[in-house]
Amino acid sequence: MAVTKLFGASVKRREDPRMITGRGSYTDDIHLAGTLSLAILRSPHAHARIRGIDVGRARGMPGVVAIYTGRDLQDKLAPVPCAWLPPNTDLKVPEYRAIAIDKARYVGDAVAAVVAEDRYAAQDAVDAIQVDYEVLPAIVEQEKATHDGAPQLYDSVPNNVAFHWVLNGGDVEGAFASADLVVSQTLLNQRLIPNAMEPRGAVASYNPGSGELTLWCTSQNPHIHRLLMSAVTGIPETRVRVISTDVGGGFGSKIPFYAGEMIASAISRDLGRPVKWTEDRRENYVATTHGRDHVDYVDVAARRDGTVTGLRVRTYANMGAYLSTAAPGVPTWLFGLILSGPYKIGAIGCEVFGVVTNTTPTDAYRGAGRPEATYILERMMDLVAGRLGMDPVDVRRKNFIPAGEFPYATPTGLLYDSGNYDGSLDRALEMVDYPGFRRRQEAARAQGRLLGIGFSTYVEVCGLAPSQAAGAMGFQGGLWESATVRVHPSGKVSVFTGSSPHGQGEETTFAQLVGDELGIPIDDVEIVHGDTGRIPFGMGTYGSRSVAVGGTALFKALGKVRDKASRLAAHLLEVSPDDIVFDQGRFHVKGAPDRVKTFPEVAGAAYLAWSMPPDMNPGLEETYFHDPSNNVFPFGTHVCEVEVDPETGKVAFQRYVAVDDVGRVINPMIVDGQVHGGIAQGLAQAVYEFAAYDDNGQLLSGSMMDYAVPDAAMLPTFEVERTETPSPVNPMGVKGAGETGTIASTPAVVNAIIDALSPYGIKHLDMPLTPERVWQAIQAREGR
Amino acid sequence: MSQQVKITVNGTQHTSEVEPRLLLVHYLRDVLNLTGTHVGCDTSQCGACTVLIDGEAVKSCTVLAVQADGADITTIEGLAKDGQLHPVQEGFWEMHGLQCGFCTPGMILTAVALLKENPHPSEAEIRHGIEGNLCRCTGYQNIVKAIQYAADKTQGAPAAAGDD
Repeated sequence: MAVTKLFGASVKRREDPRMITGRGSYTDDIHLAGTLSLAILRSPHAHARIRGIDVGRARGMPGVVAIYTGRDLQDKLAPVPCAWLPPNTDLKVPEYRAIAIDKARYVGDAVAAVVAEDRYAAQDAVDAIQVDYEVLPAIVEQEKATHDGAPQLYDSVPNNVAFHWVLNGGDVEGAFASADLVVSQTLLNQRLIPNAMEPRGAVASYNPGSGELTLWCTSQNPHIHRLLMSAVTGIPETRVRVISTDVGGGFGSKIPFYAGEMIASAISRDLGRPVKWTEDRRENYVATTHGRDHVDYVDVAARRDGTVTGLRVRTYANMGAYLSTAAPGVPTWLFGLILSGPYKIGAIGCEVFGVVTNTTPTDAYRGAGRPEATYILERMMDLVAGRLGMDPVDVRRKNFIPAGEFPYATPTGLLYDSGNYDGSLDRALEMVDYPGFRRRQEAARAQGRLLGIGFSTYVEVCGLAPSQAAGAMGFQGGLWESATVRVHPSGKVSVFTGSSPHGQGEETTFAQLVGDELGIPIDDVEIVHGDTGRIPFGMGTYGSRSVAVGGTALFKALGKVRDKASRLAAHLLEVSPDDIVFDQGRFHVKGAPDRVKTFPEVAGAAYLAWSMPPDMNPGLEETYFHDPSNNVFPFGTHVCEVEVDPETGKVAFQRYVAVDDVGRVINPMIVDGQVHGGIAQGLAQAVYEFAAYDDNGQLLSGSMMDYAVPDAAMLPTFEVERTETPSPVNPMGVKGAGETGTIASTPAVVNAIIDALSPYGIKHLDMPLTPERVWQAIQAREGR
Repeated sequence: MSQQVKITVNGTQHTSEVEPRLLLVHYLRDVLNLTGTHVGCDTSQCGACTVLIDGEAVKSCTVLAVQADGADITTIEGLAKDGQLHPVQEGFWEMHGLQCGFCTPGMILTAVALLKENPHPSEAEIRHGIEGNLCRCTGYQNIVKAIQYAADKTQGAPAAAGDD
């Protein structure tokens, strides 16, 4: 195991110098000579037949070069693909055109596209296009959409149900038949808008001479974008290059392959000129995928001692108007598989209706399915505790999978790699002085003050892999990762990784691995990512997989480089490879530290190739495609303390404590940062954020003025600690840290607020717990 | 239709013909190719486009280029002097005050203006002072630390930049 000084060190980020000086290179920063600006006309109606489009006036406006409708692009672009097709679900994938042809199905559906000499001219022309719409009744709520008589989005999708997915493990019926008590609750997991600070965009440049398309775009997985772009345009993959080097946040919303980059590419190909499209924020709110949006009907079977014996979940998942790239996998596999959480639950039943509605398509949003599952478990644990008059901590502990039982097979079919759930809970309880809190809470209540504490003990499945599992789940790709290590003749090293960081800092953490494994200074290492013209085929960054899968690929490629260098050093030193010791970048003869070749010397010799062992080729470059044997399973305990003002319903955060276990940690500073940001997003779901639609399908929270992305004054300071339980799945013992905070924090916050409100007999409120919602709940109880 | 403006940006005076409706942020990005100033929204909520106009933090998506005629503007590209990072830039690097980096230029310039007004802010004052800038990655915790770092570093020293 590689434990040297860089692994575990909070090395300052190597990405930062360009970003703090304004020298990053985000998609909208690309300025090519002769670029046309693309603006997209979007439907103002949630459901409308397009009877006609009059572009006459727009076409004559100054600076306008061309206008395209859906029909104009019909033969130039295949439909927007869906790439996750869960088997045995009666899945129906409705046709999703980059520009709608006959019907618009959500507010924001593309209806026409204008290219002009500049953005202002393009926008003016968009406003001048006249569309004759026949407005149709719209349906927004997913459960109602399945009822008889609801408006139908597609003839091919009866009752708007795009799929029905079922997962059963253990004897669910038996568990409920023999239960001492059954606790039932309907939980709404509201729709959220991801809000990466950089809106999406694309710069497409097609060279009619060479037939090459170069596409800069905001992607978390540029090779997947290249593959799909090739598929929809018919341009061979060898003639498509996708570049996404600096990406301003993604949170899942930059995984999907979208209409915007398709339209820009098709028009660039049509006109032979570069085309740039950059969303504005309002457009981002309607045209970039949303997240969550579940209605969950939950039943828990339990014994009187608090043992949970069964869980039954029926979910209506709102897919929006079309099935986005990975969307069908999110409320199914990524949700249902993890419904055991950190608990030994003998029987789990889950059925999911994936429903199309006249809303923006949903897809992965930070955590993607796992926050929804964790919210269910952690709310239900509190409800079971409440029903039995038990402490919520005791109920959790009673049901934990004991540390001695790993690897642990869940009834849903996962194999948890390692865990010590009591360990993180113990540490968190110590940090918050739990008995002390309960005493303070009681004293405060006597004065009419509402203090509350909430727990969330979670386990996450991440490091998304392996490919065989991906195939079984209907994911239309592998879930391995690639790394190429190219040692240059000077001994400097370039790494080409299929991981695609967009804030996670792998230019630093991956360089730390290189520094350790090859014994060279970190400044001698460059990490290249996000450019399909430079990197090997790779799957990208999502599902907290970069270090566990991409990092392991790199680790293994580095091992191959070191092995070859070691054999070459042995040859040069005229000893057997077995007699070579590698230490801090030096290959020396065992017992003779002065008979030595440094790493740069060996690198140089590999390229000179004047003297090589007979079975060795010149050069020093290795590639490794790593497909792990399993996922990894981070876990931990989050605790939130709040005070609720009974006069206003406002929640004040007193403390937030997180004890996470993400396995071994390469760069603690970066992991802490991931956890902070993750908690912020999950906490914001609990109390602030909600993508609200009216019954006609208008997005009411359609701008940053109306949707509460938290600012600095709306968040507390987070106290973050870790326990360390290495994963046996990979040689470094790493897990994943990008999503833990978001998965854990939402129920911790909600549980704390409900605990604060318990003197009123309030047992559950749906999110977001805004002052208005809390105040109304208090009023309703007081009015009784 | 076009109008002439003279705008000093990072110490260099530019004379340009601009449309009256051209936003300052588009002038900086598209005319001067200073792409460090970002656009994150269209309602002046996010603050990614913040620059210093005559030393004050201003959201450049809310200002027309013609309104900046005669102004002295500092963008993120002009903050470091002679290869020396401004203490706020240094703080962001030291304290891991950025992840994706998109909000960072605006956040840094807001912090520069904040520290000029209040060189020793409390944590609450910092959080309040950067309310007009949104970050989706960091949860703000390390941004607060980065600004505290800069405040500590410049303690007693005159404000370093953004005031010329």
